[in-house]
Amino acid sequence: MSRWEVKIAGFGGQGIILAGYLLGKAAAVYDRRHATMVQSYGPEARGSACASQVIIADEPIYYPYVTEPDVLIAMSQEAYMKFAAEVKPGGLLLIERDLVALDTGRSDFVRSGVRLHALSATKIAEELGHRIVANIVMLGFLCALAPIVSPSGMKEALRSSLPKSAIELNLLAFETGYERGLQVGYNLAGNPS
Amino acid sequence: MTEAQHPLDHLLRADRLPHIWCPGCGIGIAMRCLVLALEELGRPLDRVVVVSGIGCSARVAGYVRLDGFHTTHGRAIPFATGLKLANPDLTVIVFSGDGDLAAIGGNHLIHAARRNLDLTVICVNNFIYGMTGGQFGPTTPLAARSTTTPYGNFEPPFNLPALVAASGAVYVARWTVFHVRRLIAAFQEAIAKKGFSFVEVLSPCPTGYLRRNKLGEALEMMRYFKAQSEIRHGADPAEAGIEMGGKLILGKFVDIERPTYQERMRKQLAMFFIEPYAEKVREEIEAEEVES
Amino acid sequence: MKRGPAVLTGVHFFNGDVACAEGALAAGCRFFAGYPITPATEIAERMAERLPEIGGTFIQMEDEIASLSAVLGASWAGVKAMTATSGPGFSLMMENLGFGYMTETPCVIVNVQRGGPSTGLPTLVGQGDMMQARWGSHGDYETIVLAPSSAQEMFDLTIAAFNLSEKYRLPVLLLSDAVIGHITERVVIPAEEEIPIVNRKKFAGPREAYLPYLPDEDLVPPMVAAGEGYRVYITGLTHDERGYPSTSPEVQERLVRRLVEKIRRNARDIIRMEERGVEDAEVVLVAYGISARVAYRAMELARAAGRRVGWLRLITVWPFPEERIRDLATRVRAFIVPELNLGQIVREVERCAAGRARTIPVLRPGGAVHDPREILAIIEETFHD
Ligand SMILES: Cc1ncc(C[n+]2csc(CCOP(=O)(O)OP(=O)(O)O)c2C)c(N)n1
Ligand code: SF4
Ligand SMILES: [Mg+2]
Repeated sequence: MSRWEVKIAGFGGQGIILAGYLLGKAAAVYDRRHATMVQSYGPEARGSACASQVIIADEPIYYPYVTEPDVLIAMSQEAYMKFAAEVKPGGLLLIERDLVALDTGRSDFVRSGVRLHALSATKIAEELGHRIVANIVMLGFLCALAPIVSPSGMKEALRSSLPKSAIELNLLAFETGYERGLQVGYNLAGNPS
Repeated sequence: MTEAQHPLDHLLRADRLPHIWCPGCGIGIAMRCLVLALEELGRPLDRVVVVSGIGCSARVAGYVRLDGFHTTHGRAIPFATGLKLANPDLTVIVFSGDGDLAAIGGNHLIHAARRNLDLTVICVNNFIYGMTGGQFGPTTPLAARSTTTPYGNFEPPFNLPALVAASGAVYVARWTVFHVRRLIAAFQEAIAKKGFSFVEVLSPCPTGYLRRNKLGEALEMMRYFKAQSEIRHGADPAEAGIEMGGKLILGKFVDIERPTYQERMRKQLAMFFIEPYAEKVREEIEAEEVES
Repeated sequence: MKRGPAVLTGVHFFNGDVACAEGALAAGCRFFAGYPITPATEIAERMAERLPEIGGTFIQMEDEIASLSAVLGASWAGVKAMTATSGPGFSLMMENLGFGYMTETPCVIVNVQRGGPSTGLPTLVGQGDMMQARWGSHGDYETIVLAPSSAQEMFDLTIAAFNLSEKYRLPVLLLSDAVIGHITERVVIPAEEEIPIVNRKKFAGPREAYLPYLPDEDLVPPMVAAGEGYRVYITGLTHDERGYPSTSPEVQERLVRRLVEKIRRNARDIIRMEERGVEDAEVVLVAYGISARVAYRAMELARAAGRRVGWLRLITVWPFPEERIRDLATRVRAFIVPELNLGQIVREVERCAAGRARTIPVLRPGGAVHDPREILAIIEETFHD
């Protein structure tokens, strides 16, 4: 696919912006594609929750806001409630299992054809050493489930962006998330599993 | 001696005469003292820059035959800051009025002193806004009349030496235009001093201040400067406040050592970068060792 | 740690503010004075980190008035200098900006616009300072204002701003906005030798022959720096070719005319814009900064619906590309101008269209960018009536 629109949402302190930054950097610097990342909500500015919007494409990106995400990573209930319905049919919806309850009381909430996967990223991160890398676990999970950026690019982005002392743990978090993703099954976007 | 023959002509822009100052104005004396001080000091004059703001006093930047910058009202010090930091080889002298430096530019004055930037600030205090026709300013004594205090001034004035000393100046002196020799010596010391030096020059403004306050002409002010002055070197500047017609405490109040902005900057950065700061820091340490 | 490189050649993922700082360094800027303000602070922070690495000077001043004063002082010491701010600080700079035009002092001032007036929306986007940038300081003058619309352009146009300021001897303004200042994107920094650098014309003749404000044929006088032995007198008062103050109306006429003409006459060299689909367009969107990117989406949507819509992005906002708008006005039905203010650049478009084509504003006072569909709806209307 030549264009990916990704929304990563949660609350402050979950590394939402960093996750968006790393994803964009992997694409722009290491995969040599175009990428943009904005932290605001653009036209729908509202709420105090935290979200980053990443677009990755082969062509220059003019409009930098995500309207119909190909991928949504929801790290909080609020993020799920606010954005899950936007995900494109055939898109990917990744949720933090322990922070998002899927039962919203609305049957039509997630559009049909959306692939939904849940992962206890925060718990995994805690087991690895620190909950702070839950965002990176999620990025690993994403990379296994969609060919959005190359895993090697992602790892380079981690290495070049983080303080030396943090790199090892973050790489481990990425690998762990990635493996969990592979267990779920690698699928090209657009082929709902 | 007439103007034309004066040996200082090479330091004044004769082609700009006549100057704008009123008869009896003290600013010309202060300028002459500066020029004499510079000539004797022996610094390469091509690298001496005079920066001023706006006002009668600020016109000096355009009468001296040096690089001169007549900037905006109150902004001489930050402009000089940029000049000095961008080219540390320059000797940068700010020459301006009390209103320019202490009212509209007051914030820059205290911050430059706090940083201990290597600048010399000469402040002509004529107790009034001369250029705009005699409005009161931050140094106007209580009860004084001005066009905007027609019933007498009720705002307490700044004591400038105390203000800059408290802000961190390493050299602070006050003289009057009557004390020409002292003034020249003070200018030389101030310019030679590394760090933020400040010289307040009390000066008559017959047009804007003296007449309105029935203080006579310039000559009477000079007599007052002579009669009421008390030279007290090392006096606590806090005790050197000025009251109308009262005693004038003059002298060198502060002459201390404190690292300059650039010395501190280089020292701090040398902890992170090998060049170019470490070289300079070593030079400075060696120079200090030689001195002591 | 050793000194770092001035030009970070390579592919980066930078936000606009960081790209702007890197552009300044690549352009040869070695002095930055500023005062923190959202959303421009990251420029100061980057400069504080990077300038010491390459032997330049960073100073955080006590306010924005002092910041611009210091920048002007540094420029007269012969060093390329910049400051960066947002609306409230930009307002404080207006007097010294005029001093910069009057004394013909090269420097760059960045305004990462946020919603105003007053403290307004510190973290959110606005484009409300476009007219202030043109007219904000008192008296008559012409200026150059560039409006970047990507992180890459925050880099490229900062270099262009320095080059123009050195070439024409004036403060050049980079009017960005909160989205472009904070958007993080791929930024490609070329090799140092591939970056064109313009340096101010210097006078090298003997001191007696130097007249600081005697212009060359291009109306720009060669410059010297303080400390070079020319003993210049520089004043914000109206001055003659010697730099000496004058109260003569003739001197005023000569000086101010030249300050204005040196930009007007060179407008073709200065003006840049980007166009898409204008050739066959019935309606042209005119926009700049982040609004241009939003408008681009609106054009795509309209084109997909079969509408012949073009897109003209202003890279130089001032001087305004009058000729181009006048020319287009004879062949298009309407201009649609989306901007994040309640009607600034749209007035220029309207003035140049002079009734030959309709000019339709799509305005928001900042806080959020337009929804492309909102612009699309206006496009649709123009095709219905
Ligand atoms: C921004 C601004 N405000 C006001 C003025 C008008 N103005 C010019 S000089 C001056 C006062 C100068 O007083 P001082 O610094 O004491 O200088 P003096 O003329 O007494 O030597 C004022 C208010 C100005 N030029 N610029
Ligand atoms: S108004 Fe006062 S300060 Fe100004 S020139 Fe006249 S006497 Fe001097
Ligand atoms: Mg005065």
